[in-house]
Amino acid sequence: MLQQWHILLASISYLGLLFGIARFADKRADAGRSVISNPYIYTLSIAVYCTAWTFYGSVGRAASTGAGFLPIYLGPTLMAALWWLVLRKIIRISKINRITSIADFIASRYGKNTRIGGLVTLIAVVGIMPYISLQLKAVSTSFQVLVHFSTAQIPTPGSPAVWLDTAFYVSLIMAIFSILFGTRHIDATERHEGMVAAIAFESLVKLLTFSAVGIYVTFFMFSGPADLFSWIPQYPKLGPLLQLDTLPGGYANWLSLTFLSMMAILFLPRQFQVLVVENVDERHLKKAMWLFPLYLLLINIFVVPIAFAGLMLFPEGDIDPDTFVLTLPLIEGQNLLALFAFLGGLSAATGMVIVATVALSTMVCNDLVMPILLRIEKLRQRDLSGVLLAIRRGSIIAILFLSYFYVRLIGESYALVSIGLVSFTAVAQFAPPILFGAFWKGASRRGAMSGLLAGFLVWTYTLLLPAFASSGWLAESFLTHGPWGIDWLRPSQLFGLIFFDPVTQAVFWSMFANIGLLVGVSLHSRQDSIERVQATLFVDIFKKDAISGDAYLQRGTAMVSDLQSLVARFIGLTRTLKAFNGYARTRGIELLDDVHADANLIEFSERLLSGAIGAASARIMVSSVVHGEAEAMSMDGVMRILDETSQVIEYSQRLEIKSRELEAATKELQDANERLKELDRLKDEFVSTVSHELRTPLTSIRAFSEILLTTPSISNDEQKRFLGIIVKETERLTRLINRILDLAKIEANQIEWNPEKVDLRAVVDEALQSTSQLFLERNVHLDTTLPHWPVPMVVDRDRIMQVVINLLSNAVHFCPRNNGQVTVRIYENRDAVSVEVADNGPGIPQEEMERIFEKFHQLKNIEDGKPKGTGLGLAISKRIIEFHRGRIWVAGRPGGGAIFTFSLPRPTNDLQSGPDIPPRTAAP
Amino acid sequence: MPTTRPKNEKIIALFFLGLLGFNYPLLALFSRNSLIFGIPFLYLYLFVLWTLFIGFIALLLEKNSPPPPPLAGKKSTRPSGK
Repeated sequence: MLQQWHILLASISYLGLLFGIARFADKRADAGRSVISNPYIYTLSIAVYCTAWTFYGSVGRAASTGAGFLPIYLGPTLMAALWWLVLRKIIRISKINRITSIADFIASRYGKNTRIGGLVTLIAVVGIMPYISLQLKAVSTSFQVLVHFSTAQIPTPGSPAVWLDTAFYVSLIMAIFSILFGTRHIDATERHEGMVAAIAFESLVKLLTFSAVGIYVTFFMFSGPADLFSWIPQYPKLGPLLQLDTLPGGYANWLSLTFLSMMAILFLPRQFQVLVVENVDERHLKKAMWLFPLYLLLINIFVVPIAFAGLMLFPEGDIDPDTFVLTLPLIEGQNLLALFAFLGGLSAATGMVIVATVALSTMVCNDLVMPILLRIEKLRQRDLSGVLLAIRRGSIIAILFLSYFYVRLIGESYALVSIGLVSFTAVAQFAPPILFGAFWKGASRRGAMSGLLAGFLVWTYTLLLPAFASSGWLAESFLTHGPWGIDWLRPSQLFGLIFFDPVTQAVFWSMFANIGLLVGVSLHSRQDSIERVQATLFVDIFKKDAISGDAYLQRGTAMVSDLQSLVARFIGLTRTLKAFNGYARTRGIELLDDVHADANLIEFSERLLSGAIGAASARIMVSSVVHGEAEAMSMDGVMRILDETSQVIEYSQRLEIKSRELEAATKELQDANERLKELDRLKDEFVSTVSHELRTPLTSIRAFSEILLTTPSISNDEQKRFLGIIVKETERLTRLINRILDLAKIEANQIEWNPEKVDLRAVVDEALQSTSQLFLERNVHLDTTLPHWPVPMVVDRDRIMQVVINLLSNAVHFCPRNNGQVTVRIYENRDAVSVEVADNGPGIPQEEMERIFEKFHQLKNIEDGKPKGTGLGLAISKRIIEFHRGRIWVAGRPGGGAIFTFSLPRPTNDLQSGPDIPPRTAAP
Repeated sequence: MPTTRPKNEKIIALFFLGLLGFNYPLLALFSRNSLIFGIPFLYLYLFVLWTLFIGFIALLLEKNSPPPPPLAGKKSTRPSGK
């Protein structure tokens, strides 16, 4: 038999123990030996997620929907897998920007704007109120059950007078306790180590007590789970709970609850508080990522056994399944176990209430009240650290009593879990602005603002108003027939969406409105400069080495002393001096009171302040002491942005150049390849030509020699003629071979040059004489226009003569027989002497004019279509002339025929010096 | 953080596997009124899958995780403007 004072004494002692733990942790933290700086305490503190909802409500939900209680824990399990990607980024952003709450995060991301911070705070307070009221209701109900169960006086539903209402006193105690834990001093910038240690301990207690009840029920009331479940066939009501068919809303509900809890684990204000603000080291995440799901698994293992056992033992349904955790031990007479369980439930509830109210009061203070207060000029000049504390304490009390008010309002009409889901849907509205904000630079303030507002309105309409309606504050017809009887405006089936249960359709419509507006408006609105800077700072948090995002923005100038006294008004003089001295020390500078602070110091002060009063308020305060243009881009900022941009441009330009070079090189290679192929082809042709040319004289030499050898009766005349032919053919052979050797020598640069002073006229004359026989044979007329005075040159006489002879013999060969006409001319100008050989042959096609000088190249289709000569003469000539730094070319002659010309530079005054290193530019 | 990237991909894959396993239609396969080893089929499936999921994540995170990089001193190679 439990007396009321037993329970009260146990509760007060337990809370006292918690407070002792908190004090101990605080002391250790002050001494620099933190007890919470390890991943295990971190994990246990995250388990503040498991509230009275889990402790009592899960069993209740399992008793009515079977597995329907599980998505609330499966969602966080899944989400935890993504923490290293998502949460680590949020933690890093928050640490660098000294962010202390969700409202602060969103306000800071969207341009340190007070209005959006205020809106987030409003949503958070209104949204979390039902959740806190759930805890109050759970604690007071459990207390009633414990006191009255044995006397069979289950409290009658209905609202007793306030001073008789347990929930009222629970609220009062919780408020005092939260104030003691969360707002002992104003250093709200820093973490609440004591609070974290206490809630970690509470997490341990609730896991142990719940498991104790579970083990007792499963193994002592029944002999193991198999025994427990084997009774199911006896109770036809239990059968459906084994399946998911009893789930209201079916699989869509399951999915939407999974989604809601995934968002809730990150964005419930208290989860944000323990996960982000109280995080000591982001590496602790790695352990928490699997330890926290493990905690969830453990605390849920006995939910089903307890629920089933409860349904079997209280088949009449007169006991609220939400209280099975207490009533099962009580009915067995295990009062101590029941008291133990009550303390576990108390742990779950107080943990949630403390962290949630502390988080909410920070938001209310920093993002709702301060921005308004700071607009009052008089207040700006006063020491505000006391005011801050008062605001926070006041808001804790206000929040708790609003929640109490909500409990009385809603009364008994809702189960625990349904109340909680209303809050989950509200905080899910924070997910789009935070997640889009952390990963998409384009998300703009207007977008976030309109998305949040729309999501919140949808939530109010579809979940909050129906709660009021069902408790009689609004006409019942509002739910059943829609406002003013408009059927498609019914809150639970908005726009006639009848497939979903109320929560799922609220999630769907609010997310639809929230994300749709966030993305849509962001795409159509421009961000101002501070918004852009913050967006970059948030999204690229892992890319920037510096933490000075705001250094982009010059804020004008301020005196160091002004900044110091401003900060001191909020966080106290001692801490301010400590912080400023630390700043000066790390930068290696000395801070003098009467000098102008640089942009970095201004930004440092702002960040210091934002830890105490939030980013938006801090910005307003700092602006009050900073003179000059606010929010203009600083030169430094502009230069840095320019620097980055120009670097990118430079990279891309370099890339372009490289690719162009590559293209050019490829083209060159292709050309070279083409040329090589052509040369290869020419060589093949040449080889076949040469062998043909060599074979022709050889064949005739051999044929005539054989005739001479085998035919003794041959006449003398015949013999002579044959021998003549043999000699001629041998000469031809020799000539050919000489040519090849010549060319090879020139090519290999092995030839010996003998430059000497000669009269070019004489050289040409001699060449004409040695070819005169040819002219006669072919009956070609020769015209010569030679100067009457000597033309002195320094050349290799034999080689030049070879060139002239080659040109002459070519001319003769290509002239028509009998009426051929060849003209040879020497003409001079100031720098050069030219020798010209013109014929009246068929001429040379335009496209051949360049290539005719290439070796192995032969003109075809002349007279008999057979190439004449060796195809080497002109190639050799060209090399000889080029060796003498001259030029050789061919031109067409009007009326047919070709003109070959070579010109040689006149020797310089010192005639002795011959041509030196030959320019081999024309070598193929 | 190039050392964590391949691991990230595995964890994301695991996340999606979990999302599938814990939802319709896979869930519907196990929603039946029967006991396996004396335990309701649906709960057995959910809790076993849950345990496996946690186990795999723990395995991925704890197995030869490189010594965590120091938080400070992560300097970018780009010269900063200061």
